Amino acid sequence: MKTTAPEHLLRADGVTVRFGGLTALEDVGLHVAPGSVVGLIGPNGAGKTTLFNVLSGVLRPTAGTISWKGQPPPGRRTHHLAKAGIARTFQGLNLFPMMPVIANVMVGADRLAGGGPFSLISGLGRHHKDERELRERALATLERFGIAEYAARLPGTLPYGVQKQVALARACVGEPELLLLDEPAGGLSGRQMNALAEQIRGFSRDMAVVLVEHHMDLVMDVCDHIFVLDFGKVISAGTPDQVRADPVVTQAYLGTPADETPTDGGPVAVDQGLNGTRRNGAAR
Amino acid sequence: MSQPTAQREKRTEPTETTAGPGPSRWAALPLPVRHLSAAALGLAVVTGLLFVTGDLTALRIAAIGYTMLAIAGLQLLVGGSGQVSLGHGAFMMIGAYAMALLVLHQPMLPISANLGVIVVVSIVAGVAVGAATARLHGPYLAGATLILAVGLPGLAHRFHDLLGGSNGLNIRTAGVPPLLQGVLSTSEWRALVVWTTVVIGLAVLATISAGRLGRRMRAIRDDETAAAMAGVPVGRTKVVAFVIASTAGGLAGGLQAYVLGTVTPSSFTLVLSLTLLAALVLGGIGSLWGALWASIAIVYLQIWATDLARAMDLSRDAENNLPIVFFGVVLILVLRFWPLGVHGALQSLRARLRARNS
Repeated sequence: MKTTAPEHLLRADGVTVRFGGLTALEDVGLHVAPGSVVGLIGPNGAGKTTLFNVLSGVLRPTAGTISWKGQPPPGRRTHHLAKAGIARTFQGLNLFPMMPVIANVMVGADRLAGGGPFSLISGLGRHHKDERELRERALATLERFGIAEYAARLPGTLPYGVQKQVALARACVGEPELLLLDEPAGGLSGRQMNALAEQIRGFSRDMAVVLVEHHMDLVMDVCDHIFVLDFGKVISAGTPDQVRADPVVTQAYLGTPADETPTDGGPVAVDQGLNGTRRNGAAR
Repeated sequence: MSQPTAQREKRTEPTETTAGPGPSRWAALPLPVRHLSAAALGLAVVTGLLFVTGDLTALRIAAIGYTMLAIAGLQLLVGGSGQVSLGHGAFMMIGAYAMALLVLHQPMLPISANLGVIVVVSIVAGVAVGAATARLHGPYLAGATLILAVGLPGLAHRFHDLLGGSNGLNIRTAGVPPLLQGVLSTSEWRALVVWTTVVIGLAVLATISAGRLGRRMRAIRDDETAAAMAGVPVGRTKVVAFVIASTAGGLAGGLQAYVLGTVTPSSFTLVLSLTLLAALVLGGIGSLWGALWASIAIVYLQIWATDLARAMDLSRDAENNLPIVFFGVVLILVLRFWPLGVHGALQSLRARLRARNS
């Protein structure tokens, strides 16, 4: 386990996100060590994707701090974080539909290329040389992901599994130090899932990975450290074994047994639940 | 089916597609060099056309030139970055009035210096408008630029003394330089000046489009969030696209004033902006070639419709309105049968021919 590494790559402290009256995240803390695979699990609506959006800069938290390599992030916009070395995939893939696969992947490597507008128009300087390197790098990445044959195709014409690989290639081509994966196993078959687990372990040799996932087998298989979210709070954290053994986690996923009176809610509390407090322990 | 769409990413200058022999050596040249040689070839073709046609056609060729530059700028904005501007005509007006004022108040400046000043003025105007509208999307951006197209011509009335009101400004520009007198007529010289500027402008636009900036714009057009997450500065890139488009529009307006010798607010109304946009769709939104077909359509459909009305001996009212109807009908027919515009149709034709040959 590398969770005790002295310096965290990414650290979130006291992150709270409110959408109007709805509290999506409350006082969430999370840390990612270099080279580790961190899993983020929880029932539907627990706030996993919201936390993900905060980590990737898409969403600004109402309160709390994010630190990157022990310092505040280099900028507040999403592209600042991307330039600093955070890449992510999306639940809905979000590929660029009108651009061929190779161009999709080249956009992912954008942060590595230099050369300003003068260099672009005059042909002097770095721009066009970097552009060639970008193309070669993108091709090499496609090769590595086994999808080089589709380089000239449009994403929409490809099978879903290949599209997923394109999305992964686009995220990895820029050599990020942290890779955020939003439900990478969604819609994959069992065999593809095994290959994905292998891939994620491969990523962690070069970068840290944060994983949001519903498939418990995959999460328990590849993660070094797991955070469990429910109703916007971290209810459990630890190694896969610790989390698996935690009764709170079982309760969050399966609900409170019907014959047992819940300690922090239940029939009495439901009446009071109308005044906007969150109802912990309610069966889902 | 992948043929027309795959081409969308590979925007090429006209001659690049015809470069048959030695593609590897050609491809090894830097992008700007390739595009500039294509531009030189294009200019040679236009020069040849000017020599075999008459004076009247020279003016029409010039009109195609500056219209094409304006539409190419719009193409980069709409097709490239996915922003819809209804105010492109306003930037043409800014360029045209800048040209007129420069000729009237600084008559000693050469045309190249005037064009340089127009580029600077258009960039400033583009930055001002682009920065103000950078956070607007789709219909909201279109609405904001619509205000520009509707409001700007009013300035000519408001500042009557400077801008000449609805009569506009009339200018006299220098004709053929002494060295070429006897070789070229004034119209031919003007057409050459226009096309020299236009091909350089197109080469720059093609280079931008094929470079990283163009790819960033297309990424933003396709998916803003994913583009930002890949490190593309979304806001800045959108403003840059807007500024490039408005510069092309301003330059086109300046060239129009130079060729016609007159600038009036009534030639830069909302109708112009809408016509440019409609013509772009007609020509094919994905390629600079589309801008060529679009500008030919704008210039020649008008002429043909007017000729047709005269030949049919229609009343004056019908004669005035026939070009608009004609343009509308052609637009509807083209989009009905070739949804990707004229360029898309030509491409699928080429793909079919190639498939038959191989």
